Amino acid sequence: MSALFEVTNLKRSFGGLVVTNNVSLSMAPGDRVALIGPNGAGKTTFVNLVTGTLPPSSGEVRLGGETITRINAIGRVRRGLVRSFQVTRLFQDMTPAEHVGLAVLQRDGRAGRLFGNFLSMPDVMAEVSGLLEKLGLAELSHRKVSETAYGQQRLLEIALALALKPKVLLLDEPAAGVPQSDTGLIEQALDDLPKDLAVLMIEHDMDLVFRFAKRVIVLAGGSIIFDGLPADVTKDARVREAYLGSYANASHVA
Amino acid sequence: MTVAMNNETIINRPRSGALKWDLIGIIVIVVCAALGYVLFPDNLALLTRILAVALLVLSLDLVTGYCGVATLGHAALFGSGAYAAGILSAHFGINNPFLMTFGGIIAGAIAGLFCAVIMLRAHGLPQLVLSIALIYLFHEFANKASSWTGGSDGLAGIMPGPVFGLYEFDLFGHTAYFFGVALLLIVFVLLRILLRSPFGLLCRGIREDPLRIRAMGASPKTALVKMYVISGAVAGTGGALSAISTQVVALDALSFTQSAEALVMLVLGGTGSLFGAIAGTLIFMLFEDYVSAANPFHWLTMVGALLIAVVLFAPKGIYGTAVARFSRRGEGSQ
Amino acid sequence: MQTVFSIAIDALAYGMVLFVISIGLSVTMGLMRVVNLAHGAFAMIGGYIASYVARDLGMGYAAAVIAAVVITIVIAIPIERLLYRRIYGQPELTQVLMTIGITFCIIGIANYVMGPTLKTIPLAGPLQGSADLGFRAISIHRLFAIICGLVVALGLWLVIEKTSFGVKLRASVDNAAMAAALGVRTEFVYAVSFAVAVGLAAFGGVVGAELLPVEPYYALRYMVTFLVVVSVGGAGSIPGALIACLVLGAIDTTGRYLMPEFGEFFFYLAVIAIICVFPRGFAGRVT
Repeated sequence: MSALFEVTNLKRSFGGLVVTNNVSLSMAPGDRVALIGPNGAGKTTFVNLVTGTLPPSSGEVRLGGETITRINAIGRVRRGLVRSFQVTRLFQDMTPAEHVGLAVLQRDGRAGRLFGNFLSMPDVMAEVSGLLEKLGLAELSHRKVSETAYGQQRLLEIALALALKPKVLLLDEPAAGVPQSDTGLIEQALDDLPKDLAVLMIEHDMDLVFRFAKRVIVLAGGSIIFDGLPADVTKDARVREAYLGSYANASHVA
Repeated sequence: MTVAMNNETIINRPRSGALKWDLIGIIVIVVCAALGYVLFPDNLALLTRILAVALLVLSLDLVTGYCGVATLGHAALFGSGAYAAGILSAHFGINNPFLMTFGGIIAGAIAGLFCAVIMLRAHGLPQLVLSIALIYLFHEFANKASSWTGGSDGLAGIMPGPVFGLYEFDLFGHTAYFFGVALLLIVFVLLRILLRSPFGLLCRGIREDPLRIRAMGASPKTALVKMYVISGAVAGTGGALSAISTQVVALDALSFTQSAEALVMLVLGGTGSLFGAIAGTLIFMLFEDYVSAANPFHWLTMVGALLIAVVLFAPKGIYGTAVARFSRRGEGSQ
Repeated sequence: MQTVFSIAIDALAYGMVLFVISIGLSVTMGLMRVVNLAHGAFAMIGGYIASYVARDLGMGYAAAVIAAVVITIVIAIPIERLLYRRIYGQPELTQVLMTIGITFCIIGIANYVMGPTLKTIPLAGPLQGSADLGFRAISIHRLFAIICGLVVALGLWLVIEKTSFGVKLRASVDNAAMAAALGVRTEFVYAVSFAVAVGLAAFGGVVGAELLPVEPYYALRYMVTFLVVVSVGGAGSIPGALIACLVLGAIDTTGRYLMPEFGEFFFYLAVIAIICVFPRGFAGRVT
């Protein structure tokens, strides 16, 4: 019961097609979990179910002891369940400072204020520049996002999520599309994530997974086929079948 | 120490720029207003009408330019303000121009809330259709409620009292003009403050990606409803100004054509900029005055052609295109 | 009973005319994803041409219909080439502005060329008068409009379901990029569909002139009506458009019979209510 984040028997089907089948997992503060799986394993659907953009057919999602299955995506974010996006969805015409500033204001319930400028709110700016500094984006604070490099946008994506002070962070392929030369920056940023934050990272890049995760979950055909230590994952017969065997077989594993 | 210095620059740089533009904006409006007064002393009625419509276009810019909601029914908010101010005077004998304006603001805001609640139920084409249906609904309603609105004859008998009890609304429109300029300046400054407030930032985010805003824990719909109410207050101010200055309210104030023309003016000037909205209104209204005096038959054709030309050749609008060209040249010289 | 029957016939005729005019809009909007506010303007052009041919030149009704359809298409082709092509794939606001600009131009020109008065299209002899159904007489013109609607619906259904062009059309509506990759000449499909859509609009404008009188502000007056058919019926859906037309026809006609004073008001109220209840259309597939 001490779990911070708990998913129980989560199920979702589209018509007759079961995309997520009885998925259960639980995470404690400070966990570093990687969720991997072959293409079409149902990772995206799982993220959508957990974040509340898609209602589950059955099952439960709990955060900090509270059942949030019926709570919409906005309410889940406000309770501390935050995600980053796979393809960066930043506001191209806005600056990194504006992104993080907006997130900080929103978290504090001040995003509806009709006057004042966050640039002249010392407490907000201290947090904004602190976060951007930490992720090495201070130089770019007032550049438009569209003028920054892709790797920097991915870092901003992480900064944005952190500004919301999440309890649980879902990182959707944080390193996808980042040039080799910049992956070090992302890895550094991941190492520096707050220690008490529970992180669930969805990732293809196994180097990053092994470096980052203390626990690996493998999703195939909509079901969890492995949940254990990174060292054991490559030895697992079902995982090997899911990745190396034909995908048709993989869907029968469940 | 370097960190502290960085913070200094971060805090100071963009802010001073914004204040500078506030000041420039105010000066430009005041200078233009003074020029208009000196150059066209016989045409103050037209200039006051331009001020009223500029408020409508500014209000439309809040919704369309800053939040990305396309609407062809925005005159509903303007007309509501005009009728509210007019009815206060004609039926209740409340002739204080400030109270009439306040009535217009409230009515505009309520109309904005009503339109927002309905329009935000849909997206894309259905939303656009809703906006058109709404303006016709308002129009039909005002037409049928003729005991209150005068129907198609228009609402007459509006007799605003003197401003501060001193300045009568004279036949030449001097008082109305200054009243209008003052309203526009106040609204301009308030909107500048609004647009760089946290809420303004939120709305810019919504325009770019509402889904992302949801993932940040904010509700785009709530914010849009709020913006619509503010927009309604601004449009209502314009409507009230129009009622006070012309002392009649015609059904046209609630027409589809007025809505579409407001959109044309906004796009002509450039969406997402207060200067663009005002510039577009000024150019369009002067052009209208000139063309419809020369050849009223072709007015609609000209508007249509103008619109097509803007879409084809200056999609950012006149002001937007000028800014883009200016800033490109600025970068080139650096 | 008498009234109910009259309302039903009128509503059906009105709905069918709406269908003939707006089905082209629905198909092209599903296909090209263009918010086209100028569709009614093409129906209006058709009406004007028919009126000119039948009334001023004194040629027959059939000649008027054919001339209206052909000439309207001829007028529309350069408009499609020069203006519509530029806004495919553009943001919604751009499409709205361009097509409303086209509408304003057409209204202004029509007003200038044909004058601001209402134009009638004299009916052919056999279409005048009324037919006796034994228990009740109904206007032959209404019957004609209903039959035209049914024929158009059936014809379109056959073309779309049974011909190779229909297959290409459906593929392009579904996924234009994929259809193009499979060798469908989407440009050609677009052009033909646009021509057919405009032709049908003109045809509907002529056939429906008794119910939707031809005058310069026609294009604005019925803009919502045509658009709402598409947004409620679902772009590209023939059954959806048919249902939407019949529902709207019934509401509008009933309103005009029972509450002539408030007819328009309740029509717009109904439009708003329908969209609020079905924000994604009856078919649930509006983009």
